[in-house]
Amino acid sequence: MAEVSAVVKPKPRPIIRVGLFLISHSLVVSNVCCIAGVLALLLLPVIAKNTYISENALMPGSASAMLSSDDASDGHVFLNKIMSISSMSINTGIEIPEMIAKHIIESGGEVNYHKFQPISDHFHPLQFFLGPDAGIVQENYSSTSYGVNTVGIVRAPCGDGKEAIVMVTPYNSVKPTSSEALSLGVAYSVFSLLSRVSWLAKDIIWLAADSRHGEHAAVAAWLRDYYTLSSGDLEKNLDMCSASSSPGHEVTSVKRDGVSNGFRRAGTMAAALVIKVADSSSGFEKDGLKIYAEASNGQMPNLDLINIVNYLAVHGQGLQVRVEKIWSLLDSWWLYSLGELQELIGKVAKSLNPQWKFGIPAPDYVEGCATLASSLYNQALGVPTGPHGAFRDYQVDAITLEFSPRFSTSQRVLFLLHTGRLVEGVIRSVNNLLEKFHQSFFLYLMTSPSRFVSVGIYMIAFTLLIAPLPLVAAALFSDASKSKSPGESIPASTSWNWLYAAKTVLVVHLWGAIVTIIPHLLCQIPNSSPLISLLAWITSSAVLLFFTRAASGSLSLSRATQLQTREWTLLKAVTVAATFIGLCLMSVINYATAEIGAQLLVPMCLMAVPLRVDLTAKTTKTVARGACNVLLVFVGFPPTAFLLSKGALAGFDGVRLDDFWNWIESLREWNSATYLYICMVHLPCWVLCVHILLHRR
Amino acid sequence: MSRLKSCLLIFLALFSATESINVEVLNEEFTEALLLRPLPDRKVLAHFHFRSSAPPSERCGRHHHIFPKSIYQLVHKFQVREMELSFTQGRWNYERWGGFDPISSSNAKPPGVELWAEFDVPQDQVDYSWKNLTHALSGLFCASINFLEHSSSYSAPQWSFGSASGKLRYGTLPREAVCTENLTPWLKLLPCRDKAGLSLLMDRPSIYRGYYHSQRLHLKSDEFGASEMSTGMVLEQTLTVVLRPDTFSGQALQPSWSLSSLIGRSVSRKCSLSSSSNVYVQFEQNLVFEGDKLKEDGEASENAIPVGDGLEDNPLFELSLPPKRVIKELGNSQKAGSILHEFSVEDSNEFKPFDLELNWKLPVAWSCPQAPLQASRFLLGSGNERGAIAISMKSTKSNNVERTSSFDENECWLRVGIFQIVPWYVKVYYHTLKLFLDGEPQSSMENIEKIIVSPSEDKVSTGVMEMILRLPCSVNTAALTLEFDKGFLHIDEYPPDANQGFDIPSAVIHFADFVANMSFYDDSLKQVPILSKLQEEVPVVSYTEVLLVPLTTPDFSMPYNVITITCTVFALYFGSLLNALRRRVGEEERFLSGKGARKAGPLTLMISKLSAKLRGKPWESPKQSESGRSSSKYKLLAKVVLVAGVAAAWQFYFQ
Repeated sequence: MAEVSAVVKPKPRPIIRVGLFLISHSLVVSNVCCIAGVLALLLLPVIAKNTYISENALMPGSASAMLSSDDASDGHVFLNKIMSISSMSINTGIEIPEMIAKHIIESGGEVNYHKFQPISDHFHPLQFFLGPDAGIVQENYSSTSYGVNTVGIVRAPCGDGKEAIVMVTPYNSVKPTSSEALSLGVAYSVFSLLSRVSWLAKDIIWLAADSRHGEHAAVAAWLRDYYTLSSGDLEKNLDMCSASSSPGHEVTSVKRDGVSNGFRRAGTMAAALVIKVADSSSGFEKDGLKIYAEASNGQMPNLDLINIVNYLAVHGQGLQVRVEKIWSLLDSWWLYSLGELQELIGKVAKSLNPQWKFGIPAPDYVEGCATLASSLYNQALGVPTGPHGAFRDYQVDAITLEFSPRFSTSQRVLFLLHTGRLVEGVIRSVNNLLEKFHQSFFLYLMTSPSRFVSVGIYMIAFTLLIAPLPLVAAALFSDASKSKSPGESIPASTSWNWLYAAKTVLVVHLWGAIVTIIPHLLCQIPNSSPLISLLAWITSSAVLLFFTRAASGSLSLSRATQLQTREWTLLKAVTVAATFIGLCLMSVINYATAEIGAQLLVPMCLMAVPLRVDLTAKTTKTVARGACNVLLVFVGFPPTAFLLSKGALAGFDGVRLDDFWNWIESLREWNSATYLYICMVHLPCWVLCVHILLHRR
Repeated sequence: MSRLKSCLLIFLALFSATESINVEVLNEEFTEALLLRPLPDRKVLAHFHFRSSAPPSERCGRHHHIFPKSIYQLVHKFQVREMELSFTQGRWNYERWGGFDPISSSNAKPPGVELWAEFDVPQDQVDYSWKNLTHALSGLFCASINFLEHSSSYSAPQWSFGSASGKLRYGTLPREAVCTENLTPWLKLLPCRDKAGLSLLMDRPSIYRGYYHSQRLHLKSDEFGASEMSTGMVLEQTLTVVLRPDTFSGQALQPSWSLSSLIGRSVSRKCSLSSSSNVYVQFEQNLVFEGDKLKEDGEASENAIPVGDGLEDNPLFELSLPPKRVIKELGNSQKAGSILHEFSVEDSNEFKPFDLELNWKLPVAWSCPQAPLQASRFLLGSGNERGAIAISMKSTKSNNVERTSSFDENECWLRVGIFQIVPWYVKVYYHTLKLFLDGEPQSSMENIEKIIVSPSEDKVSTGVMEMILRLPCSVNTAALTLEFDKGFLHIDEYPPDANQGFDIPSAVIHFADFVANMSFYDDSLKQVPILSKLQEEVPVVSYTEVLLVPLTTPDFSMPYNVITITCTVFALYFGSLLNALRRRVGEEERFLSGKGARKAGPLTLMISKLSAKLRGKPWESPKQSESGRSSSKYKLLAKVVLVAGVAAAWQFYFQ
């Protein structure tokens, strides 16, 4: 009986059996999963859903627009006044705010000036976890180069003043361009209309943001003061700084009418619209509208906000709505042929069963891919695509609307009428909203202004990509522990052998953390060109790596000689596991970064085999594998990856090495978590892969 | 004899009854009045004032002719000593419409419903009476005042409201929507409803289209005090609306209006039960001052005919009807007081309705008298975890401060009372109270004269802070911050539309040293209720904005997901637990070995036998069943693929 039971081993539980099966076939599984992951990403434009307005209370377009051509011509008069001021020879940047303030008071709103200086940059990459402090901003104005925002508020006649809708028009107060004046004209015509209507339930704030120090800085400064006890609240008679050397009679006359420097507020913000007008004309036969939505760290506004804008623009005002796309992808042949392939499959499927409706026309597919790529890239970058990004830091849904007029100068009144009606309609919809935006999606990718991919679907691509990582790690670990050499003196120690590998991985990750800090130190050095900074960063990192390696290597050198046989397998197992953890963490913070990072990291980590092993075997398979490894490692290095993608998209002529430093620096300054990812996950994993490749045996 | 006696008694009783009725008729009174006032921002304030009074019931019985019975019952059932209920829509604009006159001090109310009541019952029954009162009022006024019943929604202020008896309760519902359903029961309390008199003017669309709308009911009774001195019950009903005349008149000129254009209706007859029904038009001090200045200028330049006091020659405006009388307020040393023009609607009829018209002749700009400090309240910080409430007060630089306080610079103090209720889910840390004067942080104890804090208790009571700040008169800005944590609610404690956020009711700012009243030359004017009301000394009070705190709100479709995932976890757990308990490994091994020894199915056995025969080999028992199994697996796969292919081909060709 005992013999029989020894021969027939009891079957393990099914779930374990499946696990063991997958681990034993990890090569096949990982190949299939990786290819499926990439394919799933390419399929996203096909399975994208049409947008729909989820919140019933919004009711876009159910009320007819009230903005008349009189309002539009008022706006036109207003913009002509601004242009006449900007053409004046002496302009200190206070004339236009005064003019705006005068008009706001005439239309019955409340005004205040908000004086600010650009915020000095501090690196708070995880600020969005903590939120800005509720403290008090204490700062000293040096009064040399401040900007002046003009804030106009319409109080809702019957409203309770708990909520507000914000309209932002960035403009340069010293030298406004004609398109900036046009955007001010749009905002003014809407504002003067809204000060007369009786249906408002939320207050309207018009922020004419002084973009002398950048659009984002102006809006961010105003928001920061809105959410803190700012100097405008604390000191009453903060006079305009004397730096504006023309006090003039205008200032006093406006002041008497009730313009105060005291900060005015209007409740919790429900939504914000940034209105901009593009410099160039649209080039289409319609007026164009471009929507920017990405805020810092890939946060998006509620999809409903984009939906109402898109709905009203397309169905109400007949504008050509676009979201950003990568133009160079539009002419790529491989994408087009892929599109044709999926179209063909779709046709065949449809002929088999008319119920199966997938497959979109190839040009649509290419366009969807280009938009998706842009959406993914902008989210991955973690840098806001406009001044609306500042609002998202305070959990306010905001988007930038960039209008591009059909003709540059003529028919401005008509343009003002259309855009004003669109803005009015959006504000009216948001005004209808009883609760804050919560019905629709916050996690999505756009493939066109009216199509989106929600989180439930785009997760699949990422999950497929990273699914093989734990399998491969387990397979490698079991390989390493199984194939211990028979002459091993201490068999028990092999099971703990992975700890040495783990130590190496940990040390490299620690090195990554130090590398993260280096640019901050390099920034302290004055007058350094980007190229020099980049080289200094790379060399200091390399030196540091050498030192850490030497320090850690000296500790484990005595043991390593014996156990080197399969050490790289263990090292690879731990590296793969660390990559898996890093990618998973990053996907929680910023999905798009993790998705793009996984495209680079996963093949590199899975393929990594010491070159020496490949070269000693000298079969075509191993040589190809070695070549692949070298290629992947080359592409996976962050600077080369950046420069290659930049070159592929924009042509290799303009690619310079210091672009990478500028790019990294911008990530750092915008508090992007992507910077942390690159330095603390991607770079250490790349170094470990290189380490595996160069392994001695 | 006894018959005669009883007859006499009955007669006496009847006589006394008729007498008492006579007295009642004499004492019970109803008056109505409407006060109109042009506002600086091209709007018009209309303030309706209705007052019904009843003599004490102990002397005059319980039957009333005019006084509403429902209110009488309310007073008697719940022993209400004083009560005020207001329904408000919109916000009073203190900056533009003023905050220092009697009307704004007593009629500018926070949005929604505000109710406070003082009871004449023993201390331990006050809460009980309050709860019943809220329910009764809720039914009476078609509003959800009954939500004030729970102890976590009302509070007991110590000294911020009226008396410090400890029998006062205060509660607000900031989110209550106010509409005609609340106005109709309110109008029912009037003897003429809206069928006659000034209430005829209450055209619902034009009233609710206005910029501010507050209907208020103030009740005072001293029925339960010393009976000899008591004056009975007084019910004051006021409706304050701010309207914008539709008439268009140039850019600079104030819009001219008439009653019919402003409200859309006109008065055709007075309410015959009211003892007086007057319309007043008030011109504010600063407006009168501007007018006088213009008049003087005109006299100086033209040196024209000497002008009298009549209104025909007022350079600023003209009224379409001659006033019954012109009442002047006592002014101060620099300026004359405001002027009231009184009109009576008594001689109007259906053919000649009372329709007052005001026409502006010259553009004029003036400002309303302001409270010494203008308060605003806002939230600091963002995110779902914590934040801070800030109350910022800015000096309006009005001359009221100098007028009322002593001239000694060192001794000049401004006493500001703040009353703030905070619901329990906003957990305020009162120790974080910080005070900034002109931007400088102050040690708060120096500037606080008196403070009472009762922290909130979760799900039981609200947090209340009452304090009196003592600020130097020269202060420009004062700011007060209080930090708080945002609490979590149980899923069934969330109100409907929870994603909107949660309200913190308005804080009440009162200026203890200032009283808003008008004083007239003629002392006899006290007999007219609205004028006596204007002369009454009321403390200057202003309300801050309602705040909206976004709290963490669950996804309310989440319970379904939670149920699903919990069930899955439970199934997995119990499945493996039962497995572990029930399984016997030795038995299973035996079973498995037995199964391994057992023969394969008859079909495979037959096939293998057949194939062995065909191949001419001796048949072996299926030990190498592994290969057989895998081959049968491939066969199965091939069959499935074949069937699927046939099906696909079928679809492809026959459709």
